[in-house]
This record gives sequence, structure tokens and C-alpha cells, in this order.
Amino acid sequence: MRIQVVEDILSANERIAIENQRLLDEKGVFAVNLMSSPGAGKTSLILRTIEVVRGKLRVGVVEGDIASRLDADKIEAVGVPVVQINTGGTCHLDANMVRQALEELPLDDIELLLIENVGNLICPTGFALGERLKAMIASTPEGDDKPYKYPGMFAAVDALVINKIDLLPHLDFDVATFRQLVAGLNPEARVFEVSCITREGVEGWGEWLVEITAADGE
Amino acid sequence: MHELAVTQSMLNLALEHAEQAGARHITVINLVIGQMSSIVDDCIQFYFDFVSKGTIAEGAALSFERVASRLRCRGCGEEFVLDGNDWVCPACGALGGEVIAGRELYVDSIEVE
Repeated sequence: MRIQVVEDILSANERIAIENQRLLDEKGVFAVNLMSSPGAGKTSLILRTIEVVRGKLRVGVVEGDIASRLDADKIEAVGVPVVQINTGGTCHLDANMVRQALEELPLDDIELLLIENVGNLICPTGFALGERLKAMIASTPEGDDKPYKYPGMFAAVDALVINKIDLLPHLDFDVATFRQLVAGLNPEARVFEVSCITREGVEGWGEWLVEITAADGE
Repeated sequence: MHELAVTQSMLNLALEHAEQAGARHITVINLVIGQMSSIVDDCIQFYFDFVSKGTIAEGAALSFERVASRLRCRGCGEEFVLDGNDWVCPACGALGGEVIAGRELYVDSIEVE
């Protein structure tokens, strides 16, 4: 006997992601899913974002890593509530991991929740977490051909932050080529150019987050 | 790269539907997987043999229907199959396009007895 199923394999994750989003909406929390390859600067961007939005938004952070709580310690040191998720080898965060993290966060005191995904340009796109915004960080040393190699990620995000622009004089990364590739894959994506070291461009990114967080709450 | 999570979810879905139908055994699981979903068939099969042990799906055959990645050009509207890394429209040469197929990842049907 044949039974029609026609159901998405990741529907269980989708269901939990929708529950997460409902909880976050109820608490007035705008969540951002931050994705990138390892070492592109997710934690650095989170720290810089906290500096920029401080006084305007109350921030919380979820740190996803395969192991360790090094990142969480850095966030804690600047006085922001943070929960570390150790995936124990899993290459991405899923909605269920985030649900458990949300239970440990003071959601009533948070307006902007930055969720740092596991460093990986493939798997995280398949797993919704309950976020309002998907953002990707691409760093200049990775090369300007990355949109070709990981089109799924570039096509899936709402915003793209090009980090480490202070290194441009030393690299053959062509910003115009890169932006052209991104526009082909995803013309809607907002693109920012920043350096977490010199802080160039970080303010523009932070201000934009403040704006969209406020607009979402209205 | 996340084949274990995918395999586990796929198995749960198949078991759920089989149990609802009062089936004793799942013989075939028909999967539809888009070229863009970064899933490796052999890897799914490997994990499936492991996670299905002791369930009514143990020994079931997995059938993979692959869906090619298709794009629609944002310039001229031409629809074309993505060939390797070439995201260039064959009609007008514009770069990129909207993905209209290739992201599928679902259980189409199961065969039970």
C-alpha cells in the first residue's frame, strides 16, 4: 500500500521555529540569526553592535558553537545577558536548541536578540530558528567569489555585512564584483561594509538594526 | 552536512504516517531532494540504516528523486537549469536569478504492508 505524505522533512523544526517566533513577538523581542563561515567575525560584530545600540536597545545574545564558552564569556564581560549553546558537533543551530536557550534568557528585558549561529555557510540556511532577520557576515579574506560557491546562503539572507574592509589594501577582494554577484543572487539584501577593528561602517549597521527593530515593534 | 538531523526527521515523518495507517512494515520511502539542498544520498542511506534499526522502517529501501536547480532570470524572465556554478542567463547574459526549483526536501510517499 502506498501512502501519500508530501511533507517537508524539516517541518518539525519549522513548527518549533514558529513557536519561538510567537514567544519572541509576545515579549517584544526582535531576533537576528547571524550566519557566516568560521572566523568571519560574528562575535566581533556582535560586540561592536552592542556598543552602537547601547542606550537605544536592550540586547541579548545566544552563542552557538560546537564546543567551548569562549564567545559567551566575551559577551558576558560587557554586561549583556548571554546563553551559550554547545551543539556537540552539530553543524548548525536548530529551533529546538534556541527554544531551550530562550528559557534561560530574561526576555522581558531584551528588545534585540542576536543569535550567533555555528560557523558554516551551508547547513544553517535549512533551519529556521524563529528569527525576524537573517544576516550573513562575509569577510574580505574569504575572497570575492564566495557568492558563487555558497549561493544558498547568499540567496537566503535579508542583510549582508562585509567585514574586515580595513584589510582591502592587502587583498585582491574586489568589492564591486562581490556586490554584483550578491545583487544577482539576492537583489533585496541590504549590504553593509564594516571593519570591526577600525569600527568603520559599524554605526550604519547598528543604526539600521535600531530602526528595523523599532519598526517591527510598532 | 546535516544528514543525520535530516535522516532522523525523515524517519520520524515516515513512522508517524505508517503508524496512523496501522502498517506493520515500511518497505519504501520515496524522497524528493532538490539539487540545492546540499544533501548527499549515500550519507542519508548510511544514517538511515543506523537510525531505523528496531523500528518498522528497518530494511526499507530509500528512493531518491533529484530535482534540478532552476532559475528565472531577473532581466529577461528566461527560465534555465543551473549548470554547475554558472549563474549566468543563457538568453541575455544577466547574472543570477530567482530560484524556482532545487530547494525541495520532502517525503513524497511511503510504501507499507
